[in-house]
This record gives sequence, C-alpha cells and structure tokens, in this order.
Amino acid sequence: MNHSYELPVDEVSYNFAFLDEFAKREIRRSILKAISIPGYQTPYASREMPMGRGFGTGGLQLTLSLLGAGDTLKVIDQGADDSVNAVNLRQFVELTCPGTSTTERAAEANIIQSRHRIPEDRLTANQILVLQVPTPDPLAIVEPSEARRKIMHGESDYASLLTKLYEDIVQFDEIAISNRYPTRLNGHYVIDSSPIPRFDVPKMHQSAALILLGAGRERKVYAVPPFTDAVPLAFEDVAFRTEAFLDHQGTRRHCDRCDSSTSYLDEIMHPDGSHHWQCSDTGYCNDRCARRDSAGSGAVRS
Amino acid sequence: MKKILEVRGLTKIHGPGCPLCSENTGPEAETNVCVSCGSVVAAQDVSLDLHQGEILGIVGESGSGKSTVVKTLFFDAEPSAGEARFFDGDQQLDLFSLNAARQRWLRNHRFGMVYQNPNLGLNFNVSAGGNIAERLLMSDVAHYGSIRQRARDLLTRTEVLGERMDESPRRFSGGMQQRVQIAKALATRPPLLLLDEVTTGLDLSVQARILDLILEIQHELNTAMIVVTHDLGVIRLLAGRTLVMKYGQVIESGLTDQVLEDPQHAYTQRLVASAL
Amino acid sequence: MGYVAIKGGGKAIAGAHTAVESLRTAEGDAGASLPLASIEHQLRLLTSRVLSEGGLYHPRLAALAIKQMQGDTLEASFALRAYRSTRPRLMETPVQSTTDMRLIRRISSAFKDIPGGQMLGPTMDYALRLLRLDLVDESPESFRKVSRQFIRDIADSDLPDSFPKVVNALREEGLLPPQPDRPDIPFDITREPLVFPVPRSAALATLARAETGSLLALAYSNVRGYGNVHPTIAELRVGYVPVMLPHPLTGEPTEAGEVLMTECEVVATQESDETDAPPVFSLGYGACFGHNEVKAIAMAILDRALQKGMQHGPESPSEDPEFVLLHVDGVDSMGFANHYKMPHYVTFQSEVDRLRTTQEKDAAHTPAQGVES
Repeated sequence: MNHSYELPVDEVSYNFAFLDEFAKREIRRSILKAISIPGYQTPYASREMPMGRGFGTGGLQLTLSLLGAGDTLKVIDQGADDSVNAVNLRQFVELTCPGTSTTERAAEANIIQSRHRIPEDRLTANQILVLQVPTPDPLAIVEPSEARRKIMHGESDYASLLTKLYEDIVQFDEIAISNRYPTRLNGHYVIDSSPIPRFDVPKMHQSAALILLGAGRERKVYAVPPFTDAVPLAFEDVAFRTEAFLDHQGTRRHCDRCDSSTSYLDEIMHPDGSHHWQCSDTGYCNDRCARRDSAGSGAVRS
Repeated sequence: MKKILEVRGLTKIHGPGCPLCSENTGPEAETNVCVSCGSVVAAQDVSLDLHQGEILGIVGESGSGKSTVVKTLFFDAEPSAGEARFFDGDQQLDLFSLNAARQRWLRNHRFGMVYQNPNLGLNFNVSAGGNIAERLLMSDVAHYGSIRQRARDLLTRTEVLGERMDESPRRFSGGMQQRVQIAKALATRPPLLLLDEVTTGLDLSVQARILDLILEIQHELNTAMIVVTHDLGVIRLLAGRTLVMKYGQVIESGLTDQVLEDPQHAYTQRLVASAL
Repeated sequence: MGYVAIKGGGKAIAGAHTAVESLRTAEGDAGASLPLASIEHQLRLLTSRVLSEGGLYHPRLAALAIKQMQGDTLEASFALRAYRSTRPRLMETPVQSTTDMRLIRRISSAFKDIPGGQMLGPTMDYALRLLRLDLVDESPESFRKVSRQFIRDIADSDLPDSFPKVVNALREEGLLPPQPDRPDIPFDITREPLVFPVPRSAALATLARAETGSLLALAYSNVRGYGNVHPTIAELRVGYVPVMLPHPLTGEPTEAGEVLMTECEVVATQESDETDAPPVFSLGYGACFGHNEVKAIAMAILDRALQKGMQHGPESPSEDPEFVLLHVDGVDSMGFANHYKMPHYVTFQSEVDRLRTTQEKDAAHTPAQGVES
C-alpha cells in the first residue's frame, strides 16, 4: 500500500462545529422543511459523528448546524447536566465550537439539547429545544415497512395505532404506553414524542419555543413549530394521563432536595433500601435550592 | 329504486396486453390467456348495475373473473380499463379516478368487504372487538365506550358471543371468523357490501346460518350487496339478479329465477344441470 | 438531604479514558507501541475490513483507528466514518472501470479456462489451518528474509497486470443481459437518505460499506434456504484499481492514485422474464475496498437477492430491501446496541408508573370492562 498518505494534523484542524459547511447547510434545509410540515419526518443524510449512533448524534447534528458565535447551549440527559452522556456531548461542542458558550441554566441557553426530558420551566420564544430520538416513527409498532408507513402518514391513517390503545385498555384498563407517547401535531401527523415521559408531552402543546427532534441513526428530523397544537392520542372518554408520583396515601410526592411537588421525580434507592425522590431536572432543582438558601428561610413549596 | 353502483366496461389484464387480447380470450376462445402476448385477461368488458338494498349474484368457476370484479371495486386491484360510478347521497363518484386517499376513505366508510380467506379481512394480532374498533377508528369515532358498545352489538348481532370479543379471532372456528368479518364490514353501516365466496369451505349447517344472517342484514339495513360465488345454491338463496361469468366475460344475466329456470347459454345450462 | 444521584460525570469519563489507555499499554516495560505500518501490513485483512466498513480509503488512518480502538473493527470503522464527516468533497470521479484493475488474484469457479487464466495469488483457501508455531518467536532476521526472497524470486510476468473480465465473455455469448450503454448516475448514500423504494445503486453503496458479519449472515440465510439464489462465482478478483480523475487543466482522464479492491461477480439462476426476450442468467455484484473476499461474495449474493425482491416482491428476509439495507450497517447497529448502556432512568420511571397503576387496578379487582357502564 502507498506510503505517501498525509495524516491529518490534529483536532484543531477540524471545521467549526465539526461538520463540513455543506453538511450543515443541508441539515438546516431539512430543518426548515420539517418546520414547514409539522410532524413530518423529513429524511436527511445523517453524518457519522464521533460518538455512538444512539448517543444523540441526531440531536447533535441539528445543534451543530444551528450553533454560531454568541450562542449559549445547555445539554441535558435524563434531566441532568452532569450525566455522562451530557458531559460528553457538551465537551465535544466546547472543543469544536469556539465562540459559543455552555450553561447549566435553562433560562440562559438559547439552544437546549436534551435526551428524555423537557425542562420544567416553560421555554420561551427565544429558545430552541433539540430532542434526541432513537425511533422516530410511531407507526413502527404496527407496521414494519417504512414504505407503507409513509403512505399511512400521508393519509393521516392512524387507526391501527389507536387500535393498539384500544387493546391496551381492554387488557390493562389503561393505556400502557409509558414514554414516546404518540402525539398528533396540528391535526395531521402523529409523531413519536421521543422518549420523554408522558409528563413532558403537554409541554409540547402550543410551546413558545421551537422543538426540533433529530434521529441520527434513522436519518430523520421533525419539528413541533412554535405555537402548534400537540395532542397526545387518546379517547374522548379515556384521557391521556401523565405520571402521577403519588404515595400510598395518594399524596403527591415531592423532591427531597428542593421540595417541589410539581416536577418529574427520579426514584433513588439508598444503600439502606429506602426509596427517595428527587427532581429529575437538576438545573431547576439547583435554582430552587439556591433561591431557598438565599431567602434564608425554609422550603419553597410550589 | 335508487341506483347505487354502475359499472361499465370493466377490464383487468395481467401482463402487457395487446390489441388481440379481446378476441383471443373469452368463452368462445375457451381461455383467459392471450396467445399473441401471453397476458391473462382476468375480466373483460364487465358491466353491471346495482340498486339500493339489492343483492346481485356473480357466479362462475374459478378463473371466470368474478372475484376480480369485486377486488377492483374494493380497490384491492387496479382495473386496466372501464368505469365504476358510485352514487352516494347526492354525490356521484368515479371510483377509479379517485386518488388513493379518497379510495381508502370509501373503503373505510362506505364499502364493506368479506373475503373467503379471513386472513385478508381480519387482523389476527388484535382481538375480535379490536378488529371492529379499528374500522370505527378509521371512521374517526373517538369514544372508547361507544366503540366498545358498538363492537359488542355487532358481534352479538352476527351471533359471536359477546364474552369472546376480547379474544383474538385466530382462536375462532372458520364460521365464527366469517361472522367477525361480517360484523367488521358492517361496523360503519356501509351502503355497499361485497361478499367474496364467504361460505366456501364451511360446513353446510354453518353455511346456512351465515346465509340467513346475510339475508337478515339485507332486510334490516337495506344494504346493497354483490355476492360472488361458484355455488348456485348460494345464488338461489340470496341473489335477486345474477350474472354468469366465464373466462373473464359475462355470458348471461337476468333475474336469478329466470337464469336458473331457463338458462340461455350452453355453459349456464351445464352449470344448472350439474347443480341439480 | 443533599443526596445527588448523578455527579462527577466529567470526572468519571476522564477516568474511563485512563483505564482504557492503561490496558493498551499493559505490557509495561516489555512493550512497545505498535507502528502503524506494521498494522497496515501484518494485519492487512483487518485493515481492509476497516477501510471498507469505514467507507474511506486511507490505509494509514485505518491502521491508526485499529490501534486506537484496540482492534475493535466496529469502533475503528466508526472512527474513520466520523473523520470522513469532517472532510469537504473536492471532486467526484467519473464511473471507474474495474477492467483496468491490476490483479494480484483472480479466479472463476464457472469455467476451467478463462481468458488470462486462473491466478490463485494470496489466498489461505488451501492452506491447512494448523497453527504455525514458527511464528511464535519469529526473529526480525527471518521475517525480513521472507520478504527479500519473495521480491528477488518473483518473475516480471507474475507482477500485477490487468485481465479481461469473465462476465464480458458471458455477455458476448448472450448468457447475460447486455450492459447498459450509459450507467445511471449512482445514488450517493453519504449525501442522500434512503427513502424506499431505492435504486440498485443505493443498495450496492450501502452493502459496500456494510459490516462484514452482518452481510455474511444474511447472504448465508439466502443460500441455505431462506431464499433461492444459487450462485456461481463467474469471477472473483483482488487488485489495484487506478482512480482516474479529469486533469485540472486538460480535462483528460489522469491516474491520480489506486485503491485495493475486491470484486465478485456471481451468476445466478436464470431470469424468468415475462417479455419475449430470451431467458438469460442474472448477475449479482459485490465490491469493497481492501482485500475481503467473504464480504464481496456475500454482497454479490445479496445484490442478486435484492434485485429479485425489488422486481417481484420479497419472499425471504434477504430479498427485502428495507430489511437488509437498514440492518447491515455496523456503525448504526453497534450504536443502537451500545446506547442501551446509557442511563434510561426517566423512561424506566415512566414504565414503573404504568406498571404500578395497572397492578393497583388489578389488585382492586376492577373488571376489565370497567370503563364502560
């Protein structure tokens, strides 16, 4: 084999935001198309990123194509900024996007990339939320062929998906879908809401912030444009229900740290076997703790 | 009586087709296969009218094209030529020129189909009730309680035990599966029902009860039906008028009594004679 | 109550990197860093595999990736792919002809005599798989002697040369359909997402980058009975394909370099076409960067199977374009399998909530039809 190949100099020689400019432009075009057709799974030529497919490469490509000098990014995984994957993605952005900054406070970020959660505090019209998606098509559970699913989406044919909900109720007396809840946008396309809990799905409805959903391995991007109806599939008489976090007496659990009783909670098992509950959104929880501490008084009950 | 369906010149050719297909095939040529181009002419120049509440029989042996006619009308197959007009209230719809979404809408809302093979008409991965629910959900019914009630009523009406509505039809007998198919087809109260060899392969006693059920439904709901069968007994019991098909073409048509008592075409005569 | 579930993620990651490096250097004082050239040559088949699955022809970088990923082919190919994402595209070559390939090996199992003759070349097909204990403590002297001897003894006539292709002979005899005069513009899977149905060129490009083991398993399923391709290898060739680019000034096609490739053409059961044309054999095509014969053969079988599925509808998994093309990429499938190791606390909590709710309802003996009254 030829010995005269040149090796790349070092990481510094990588382009701003890693991807070449053509790739970023193409992704932005796909994003525009996705915004124009709420919920439509826009195919795009997803590039390989230096982290595993399934580790948020779809979301990351959207983020990288949007980031420019002066932007502030927050990266969360499971609600936490310090989760290993969030740290990894954030470090990558810091390495390849000079001139941008990162933050752990949702309010300070204009782009938020997240896996499995939407922040507790309502996002504003100045923010973009990028969600990581493993499996973008909600119809995949009832129809394996993508070609046929495309037709079903086009015709807004979701009867088979609703039949799945019907069967759930027959069998369990409940809709058994826990996360990735199928949600109808603007009265037509039904999306996979990404593996956010049901608790977060209502935050998509009429969201002031643009929500972009990127699936890198499946090469799709779709969007919930600002102020768009996002309605979880349900029946008129069997409502969509979010996670309740009730204890055995039927009282809403609250966070052990900040005492919030309105947030999504992580269940933590202590070494002594006891169960504790804590906000999944660490940025929100830290803010509340800081405010309580500076107020110098007891718990801030919300 | 109000006309509900008008079919003119319906033709279905499998293969490239050629100008000689028409004369090379049919009852005189005694084949479906065109010797010039090798195409199979499944149906040729079939015309029929169907009125509200009427049962039209199409009889013929396998390969006669009778099933092809209902398959094209239910959009399971695309015709090569011909027209079909469906009269829906004040609307007149040219079936074959509609786009796929409109065709699917008609399938779900205005037509019902019962296949000989329950695999084609039922989804065995969901319960019997779920099969009916699916059809109702296609028609934008969104109330779980009413879907359930309607599914129960329909299954009861078609003599499927209500307590078995949450079982997969996979576990049902052939006759029961056909009853679930009929219940599913009727879920949206369609004005047009297509029945393709629905009693073929079932025990005689089961056949008789399903045929009774079909007649009762016709009386109750005034549903127009096209019944495709190779069985003259089924035709005699159900159909007011009958078409006889052979090698893709209609060779005789008229009131069922007339066709059966005084068949004109030699083939029909043989058919009637062999059935007696 | 200052219990925080996740903290120190960054520190943990740094520690993990150190641990990985410590294992790479675990030989300690007795060890030495592997030179890239040694990987490229002594582990040439591993390098080949990474080149083709990485979809980037750069043997030295492939060797680096192998070294860095400590021999994991999936990870090494992945690193090449990720590097590829950063490179702008400067030029595109026109369609290249493999007829001009300078061969180091070519065989046909269809004909005893082929124009140019059979050439066994570097193959272990007929070597006994007995462990060669003389390699255990191979001295640098004996290593170099083998190399010198080979160069001295080789006749000029045995140096790589190009040969006519077997399938062209089959075409001339009318056993294979003629080649289209103008090849279609190939589908670019690196720039366009697959939206089914896809053209054959998209399938070929996907297979060429696919993970060897995945291709092999699917092709094997077809020839074993979940499918009906009965392949005969018309020609399998390994060699260097000159890469021709238009000269920047004159526009004349100019050789800009060469790539080592493996190419396989299988002839399979005749096509029963409905038209009047006489029946002919059909061709399955496989080609990949580097020397990887199993991959090229598996790809050729799958190409043939997919062509059938595209024309007449799939009858087995290996004939279904969606099934095959969406499941053979090593980077995709490895990533998804690995991602299950990431935290899923939130979704698991959500699932626990559903389970507890249904358990409570069950315990309360709510009848299944409880919603209706």
